Amino acid sequence: MSKTHVKMTINGDEVEALAEPRTLLIHFLREELGLTGPHIGCDTSHCGACTIDLDGKSVKSCTIFVAQAQNAEITTIEGIAHPDGTLHALQEAFRQHHGLQCGFCTPGMITRAYRLLQENPNPTEEEIRYGISGNLCRCTGYQNIVKAIQVAAEELSVKEAAQ
Amino acid sequence: MNVQSPPTDKQRIEKLQGLGSSRKRVEDARFTQGKGNYVDDIKLPGMLFGDFVRSPYGHARIKSINKDAALAMPGVVAVLTAEDLKPLNLHYMPTLAGDVQAVLADEKVLFQAQEVAFVVAKDRYIAADACELVEVEYEELPALVDAFKAMDADAPLLREDIKDKMEGAHGARAHYNHIFHWDCGDEEGANKALADADVTVEEMITYQRVHPCPLETCGCVASMDKINGKLTLWGTFQAPHAVRTVASLITNIPEHKIRVVSPDIGGGFGNKVGVYPGYICSAVASIVTGVPIKWVEDRMENLSATAFARDYHMTGKLAATKDGVITGLHCHVLADHGAFDACADPTKFPAGFFNICTGSYDIPVAYCGVDGVYTNKAPGGVAYRCSFRVTEAAYMIERMVDILARKLDMDPAELRMKNFIKKEQFPYTSALGWEYDSGDYHTALEKGMESVSYKALRAEQVDNRAAFERGETRKLMGIGVAFFTEIVGAGPVKNCDILGLGMFDSCEIRIHPTGSAIARLGTISQGQGHATTFAQILATEIGIPAEDITLEEGDTDTAPYGLGTYGSRSTPVAGAATAMAGRKIRAKAQMIAAYLLEVHEGDLEWDIDRFQVKGNPEAHKTMKEIAFASYNQAIPGLEPGLEAVSYYDPPNMTYPFGAYICVVDIDVDTGVTDIRSFYALDDCGTRINPMIIEGQVHGGLTEALAIAMGQEISYDEIGNIKGGSLMDFYLPTAVETPMWTTDFTTTPSPHHPIGAKGVGESPNVGGVPAFSNAVHDAFAHKGLTHTQMPHDHWRVWKTAQKLGLTD
Repeated sequence: MSKTHVKMTINGDEVEALAEPRTLLIHFLREELGLTGPHIGCDTSHCGACTIDLDGKSVKSCTIFVAQAQNAEITTIEGIAHPDGTLHALQEAFRQHHGLQCGFCTPGMITRAYRLLQENPNPTEEEIRYGISGNLCRCTGYQNIVKAIQVAAEELSVKEAAQ
Repeated sequence: MNVQSPPTDKQRIEKLQGLGSSRKRVEDARFTQGKGNYVDDIKLPGMLFGDFVRSPYGHARIKSINKDAALAMPGVVAVLTAEDLKPLNLHYMPTLAGDVQAVLADEKVLFQAQEVAFVVAKDRYIAADACELVEVEYEELPALVDAFKAMDADAPLLREDIKDKMEGAHGARAHYNHIFHWDCGDEEGANKALADADVTVEEMITYQRVHPCPLETCGCVASMDKINGKLTLWGTFQAPHAVRTVASLITNIPEHKIRVVSPDIGGGFGNKVGVYPGYICSAVASIVTGVPIKWVEDRMENLSATAFARDYHMTGKLAATKDGVITGLHCHVLADHGAFDACADPTKFPAGFFNICTGSYDIPVAYCGVDGVYTNKAPGGVAYRCSFRVTEAAYMIERMVDILARKLDMDPAELRMKNFIKKEQFPYTSALGWEYDSGDYHTALEKGMESVSYKALRAEQVDNRAAFERGETRKLMGIGVAFFTEIVGAGPVKNCDILGLGMFDSCEIRIHPTGSAIARLGTISQGQGHATTFAQILATEIGIPAEDITLEEGDTDTAPYGLGTYGSRSTPVAGAATAMAGRKIRAKAQMIAAYLLEVHEGDLEWDIDRFQVKGNPEAHKTMKEIAFASYNQAIPGLEPGLEAVSYYDPPNMTYPFGAYICVVDIDVDTGVTDIRSFYALDDCGTRINPMIIEGQVHGGLTEALAIAMGQEISYDEIGNIKGGSLMDFYLPTAVETPMWTTDFTTTPSPHHPIGAKGVGESPNVGGVPAFSNAVHDAFAHKGLTHTQMPHDHWRVWKTAQKLGLTD
């Protein structure tokens, strides 16, 4: 199958490649670029394990073709931590509050929460639950995920206020 | 000058982060940064991809398979069918239950989505395209979907391969679709108890077919190194060592030439215990092609073909006196095992530990019989977040006790209290033969009832019902009580094995000269946090901080042999092995310390992280000092080094228990059931890491919620699977999932070295009956005795409608 030239920015790096236009973005990220943080958990866009941030929106990268991401600005879980290597407040809060077990949903969950807290910096518990309802977790029962996101939201707003 | 005071005992204990510490998980650093290493993350040079052509029919004869078009497609390397596997004798593989399962369909397909051909291609897209080009001609046969019709005289014959083999792995087969009959207890006595009883109840309770559905599906990478003749298999294996042995037995590759590795596993819940055709086909394809082969199933394949759970039709009968003393239990199960008997149970237990079905009650006489049958459905019967068939047993008895309470017009909690095994009766031998190691059921349920203000809830329910009658509300309140006893930690080698492999487990420890350590176990974490918790057990045993102990599992080339992680067996068995290996380390350390301190060993005592001279704590050697000396000082009569290994064969199972109370509000006009509150008290004996225990309970309850309220994999009358994708198969989101309230009592196991019992599966075992009892309780005053799960909105609405409650 003929390949098409794609170009995008991923975690701050410009990426150019030839890819079959039908390649799903998740396969391109995982198999061509070796960004194996986002995972594949279903075939029907329900689980959210593949969630990435694309042009300021949470996107399930299994539902779009790589060609649709032309010129996009993408952040994956690999790009969530600060450039100096310190963890993002969400990553730290997930660890502190036991917001993960097997870790398979975690990259998508954190990446979704990263966008959620930009859309709504002070969400209520209900808003968090609704905000992550596109991401399934089979291990935690969500309780500690919700708590971790609440704590991260508080920390981020304290930081924001300090600046 | 600053004088630094020595650390207090409390500080020394805290530094260890041992037993009882809510230590943060060491696994999380990689998972939160997207640096986990799951099987689909593995990429090897030259790796090809495998994909399956699957049956569209529930039951059909394969008339022909034409691979030509697929093979002609650029990028396709091979197409395997049963004909290709026959010369290797690999077209069938042994199942864990003593049956065989077709690796690729041999002349017939027996369930929809059965593996028919394995296409190997350069990438997953080409493999998927080529699957479409494999032409299979089928002749459809009548499908057998209803397990109750499996043994009819005119039922379709499913298993032609064993049609004349009327002696199965578990005794005589009564019909060509019969797999086994297994029973235990005193049937005559149980029948007599029923005949003599003041009150009896009987109900057919179905535990529907569901699926563990971990977020990561099953998969593997097989790589045959033709130079040194070694096959490496990375995969989603809950029991890597058992996979190595089974792989060796069926391929005749010597066991030392097979390396099995379980990398990070994205949840298991029983789905990853079995051996699946994808593993065999990948290994064969790698042996044939000489390059690595990856196979990863997609979600629909996962739900349709690998490892369903439950599908138990349980007829229970309870006998009781008029004042509520249970005098007997009789139970018969019709078990739908699908097309091959691939249940994951210890081999001598074809119905697992279903005979724990007397539950938490002192029932003097009991009988249970189980008949397994073949149907045109996917094989499996795995223990989905429970010990073997224990959630089925708990669901049956907990529903039956509630039904009895209604008939006696007694409060269901009071009836339970009246019939509990008493604290002083432990160790208690049940009528069906298990020796319960320990328990304190009354205390647990009393604590639970007090915590939820049970009496006030019942009073509120009276008011709610009155308000409903007056037309002031359209909601009915239900209170579900469930009390469960799990049986976990398989198990004593004398009666528990899988295909002859004894179910012990193991731990090997090496202390490094500078006082840190590595421990390797025969188990494998799938999210339970073993690397965190087993290091805690060791920290307390050997006085080395948990953060200085690396824990490894899952690589059969380096880890000691063990039977893996399922049935909540890791803590009871491998956890015990860890403690015992730690004690061996400590015993040698004591000898070294005695030499260093120039005292007799008997003059030393262990204190947190050191040996000290009795009565003179100033004279001591820390484990760190002892470790250095063990390598670097010639000690007369002692070998250098500080290492130990323990293979632990548990003397008994452990019996975690718990009291769960759920409150629901049901809108009778829509069937929408709100979970108002859920209280879970678990007693898992000694608590290693309370944070992780709570997390396990949250997760298990959420899976119980899913099962009780929505999950079902059903088939239509011609064997089409319904519910085979996440479009239909219910996984709760954060929105449907309520807040969980957890609590505990602590009754240590008397036979486990640290008194721990295991917890991961308890919330599923206790949770399902708690939800179901709550739904039934809401309608109990209207005469409802039992309805089948799942209690989704539609079914609940139908119940309300049948009772004449809807508008």
